[in-house]
Amino acid sequence: MPTISIGRDRLFAALGESYTQEEFEDLCFRFGIELDDVTTEKAIIRKEKHIDEEADEDEEIIYKIEIPANRYDLLCLEGLAQALRVFNKKQEIPTYILADISKDKMLQMKVKPETSEIRPFVVCAVLRGVSFDEARYNSFIDLQDKLHQNICRRRTLVAIGTHDLDTLQGPFTYEALPPTDINFVPLKQTKSFRADELMEFYKSDMKLKKFLHIIENSPVFPVLYDSKRTVLSLPPIINGAHSAITLQTKNVFIECTATDLTKAKTVLNTMVTTFSEYCERKFEIEPVEVTYDDGKSYICPDLAVYDTEVSLSYITDSIRVSLEVEQVTSLLTRMQLHAEPAKSSDNQYAIKVHVPPSRSDVLHPCDVMEDVAIAYGFNNLPTRSPASIKPLPLNELTDLLRIEIAMNVYSEVVTWLICSRKENFAMLNREDDNSAVIIANPRSADFEAMRRTLMPGILKTIGSNKDHPKPIKIYEISDVAMLDESKDVGASNRRHLAALHCGATSGFELIHGLVDRIMEVMAIPFVPVNDNTGYYIKLSQEPEFLPGRQASIVVRGKQIGNFGIVHPQVLNNFDIPDPCSFVEIDVEALL
Amino acid sequence: MDELKRKLDPSVFNIGRSQVGKHNWVQLGKQVSRKVQHVKDKVKNLLLQIQEGMELDESSLNSLKTRSLIESKEWKGYSVKKGPNYAPKRKKFATDLTRENLQTWKELQFKEYNFNAKGQPLDAGHLHPLLKVRKQLKDIFRQMGFEEMPTNNFVESSFWNFDALFQPQQHPARDSHDTFFLKAPSTTRELPEDYVERVKQVHESGGYGSRGYNYDWKREEANKNLLRTHTTAVSSRMLYALAKKPFTPKKYFSIDRVFRNEAVDRTHLAEFHQIEGLVCDRGLTLGDLIGVLHDFFSRLGMSKLRFKPAYNPYTEPSMEIFGYHEGLGKWVEVGNSGMFRPEMLLPMGLPEDVRVIAWGVSLERPTMILYGIDNIRDLFGHKVDLDLIKRNAICRIGIE
Repeated sequence: MPTISIGRDRLFAALGESYTQEEFEDLCFRFGIELDDVTTEKAIIRKEKHIDEEADEDEEIIYKIEIPANRYDLLCLEGLAQALRVFNKKQEIPTYILADISKDKMLQMKVKPETSEIRPFVVCAVLRGVSFDEARYNSFIDLQDKLHQNICRRRTLVAIGTHDLDTLQGPFTYEALPPTDINFVPLKQTKSFRADELMEFYKSDMKLKKFLHIIENSPVFPVLYDSKRTVLSLPPIINGAHSAITLQTKNVFIECTATDLTKAKTVLNTMVTTFSEYCERKFEIEPVEVTYDDGKSYICPDLAVYDTEVSLSYITDSIRVSLEVEQVTSLLTRMQLHAEPAKSSDNQYAIKVHVPPSRSDVLHPCDVMEDVAIAYGFNNLPTRSPASIKPLPLNELTDLLRIEIAMNVYSEVVTWLICSRKENFAMLNREDDNSAVIIANPRSADFEAMRRTLMPGILKTIGSNKDHPKPIKIYEISDVAMLDESKDVGASNRRHLAALHCGATSGFELIHGLVDRIMEVMAIPFVPVNDNTGYYIKLSQEPEFLPGRQASIVVRGKQIGNFGIVHPQVLNNFDIPDPCSFVEIDVEALL
Repeated sequence: MDELKRKLDPSVFNIGRSQVGKHNWVQLGKQVSRKVQHVKDKVKNLLLQIQEGMELDESSLNSLKTRSLIESKEWKGYSVKKGPNYAPKRKKFATDLTRENLQTWKELQFKEYNFNAKGQPLDAGHLHPLLKVRKQLKDIFRQMGFEEMPTNNFVESSFWNFDALFQPQQHPARDSHDTFFLKAPSTTRELPEDYVERVKQVHESGGYGSRGYNYDWKREEANKNLLRTHTTAVSSRMLYALAKKPFTPKKYFSIDRVFRNEAVDRTHLAEFHQIEGLVCDRGLTLGDLIGVLHDFFSRLGMSKLRFKPAYNPYTEPSMEIFGYHEGLGKWVEVGNSGMFRPEMLLPMGLPEDVRVIAWGVSLERPTMILYGIDNIRDLFGHKVDLDLIKRNAICRIGIE
């Protein structure tokens, strides 16, 4: 995306008001451009020359603004400032007109047939009565540079030459001659060069050497002359020194030679529409007639307005805002598009749009519709989201954790929710605290209650798999139930994670390691005791574990679980012959 | 003789005596007298010959052997020649490429590997087969655009489990032999009173186009807590919540545990997993239900379906779903479905043209079929053989 560097204060002066940087960024955002960088002229030079110096207080602030690639009209301060003034309703859209002079009074550009071998097309225009100051002059040069880099494709498609008309005498000719036949003093030089010598000379010029390839192997070079055989320019390489523009220049002659006529016209239009505001007769451009040997001729610049009709429903349906025709036309006016109400062929509301020559980017009603939306404000548009599904965070986390535990070489089990009252408490060495859900009509003791923890199910699994090779490592992530006065039914579920290691040794450090791993995959840092920003472990005194080999897991200040060596009495209760270590964590506390 | 005995060693005397008698060299008696002039000591000669390494005939060898004068020893001799693999240094076969021998790989000769035996059994973690199938089914629902309902509440009130679903209070399913009622918490603490009033009305006297059941609806019955007998209890809560907002169509699913106070046998458990799907939208028809069921079951690999009229207290029409099982070569019942009754939906406040189609399947059944498990008690619970959990394949339901 092209970037232009413009002086902030100059810009604000042209806009007719000052902004804070934030306000200006907001304006850019709404319009569709971006303030890329804020720097100073000297800082740029320092950067280029790798100088490390302190900035002066009064260095001019430069705004680097990123411009969309299809908006050639915004590539200079003049064009950008005008667009923003119109956007802010501070200026009417200018109407660009050709000066009313008869053909015989027009300047002539005669094209010789040899040019078709190397660079067939040329378009020209005159800006009368301009007044340059240094800033305007620099802007004029910068615009040519930007156009050369972008639409002109590094001068291969189009090359621009600008001249002080008062140093020249029409009619002009556009010819293609053998290089040895061309002789002139190029810009910035004092002596005269033959064109072929000039090619050699510029081989060491950092800026110009990259354009030499465009013509250097051609038997003929394109060249423009005035009637006194003064060379205007050797496109696309260099202008002649004779017609160089100065701050004193009053009348500017612009010529664009090209291999692509459409682009040449766009380039010329961009040059004249942006700088004609400095003409004595504002926005008036003097035409030139271009004639070919075969009699073909045209007047340029071609400031023809592109007329198109857009149905109102197309616009309102696309942006889903119901607007009246008048609202649409006033929005389009802010985007430099003349618009007026019209009735289409099938009697529907429509808008007739007159696209100025500066808006070569408008190709289709969708470009018009976009401009309506920009003026309306993208961020003011109504939204409508397609139907989409949200997951249940607890269930998604559960599934992810299940995989993580399995990756630690544990095998998953699914055990019964219904158990006996003994299994909930007494067999785990715990006191029955009446927190469990109790069934009123159990068929047997096995159906007395809902599990309060995952521990009984896990231990029963070990008890039923005594012959399984050791070590046995199993886990389960599932719900337990408990009485809960805050729920409408008086009970709630809670998602727990439990894991157990059974083997010749208890595996206490391994279960501890699993706890660390769970914290790691939950991105909970290990912190010192009593630090509430992560997790820590501290010795606990739970009856289901062996004293001294058990701990609580505290996460962000809350106890969320315990682990330890299962108490031998508990092992005995579940008929487990080998030592076990066990951990149980409240998963919902990790969410 | 006695003198001889005295003069000679007893062993010598004995041997001598038998030998002289054998060869008739001496006249034996009290007096021992010579019979021959010269004696040839054949035995001595033989022994000397053996010592010198000469060969002897078999009978002489045998007699010497018998007298324990010689011992036969086996003497093995080998003739050695350089074979084709001869090497000046002893060659060892490598069984593996190791850090130590890596640099000398060119000189290594590998012992043949036995590819007929299995590789080393690995230490691995495992996911439970039931939950593998659950995950696949969850993915299928999500691909069909269904949103998961939160079902983490096993304890439910009879109101949400039965009454809100227009299941009458005298229905057999509400008997204690089918349902687990609770002692703690025995009754629900709160219910949405205005909605309860509407439900009571529709049970007792109808309305919404229905003539109702015409019985005395009891609040105490509705208040009784139980372990939910189906996840449709959650569906009714979700629909009630949906009715409170401006209507948007919804597709919900859930897969979670439900509880039946039934006898436990090969195919029945007190707790198992129910899969439920429901679509709530305006103007749905049985055709939509059949369409969604075709989509769902074809993803499970069953593309031939038939529907049988059935009865559910809360759906009308209700359909039992039969699918053609290619493997078994017959039609099997695969699930239950229907449209929720207006008496259920309208008291919630859902718009009149909103219909809800729903279906339910068990999770255990397809899992058992997929993993070739015959007895449901081998599938889950604490008595499951851990080996079963460790050697089951990934579940590809919904992928093909």
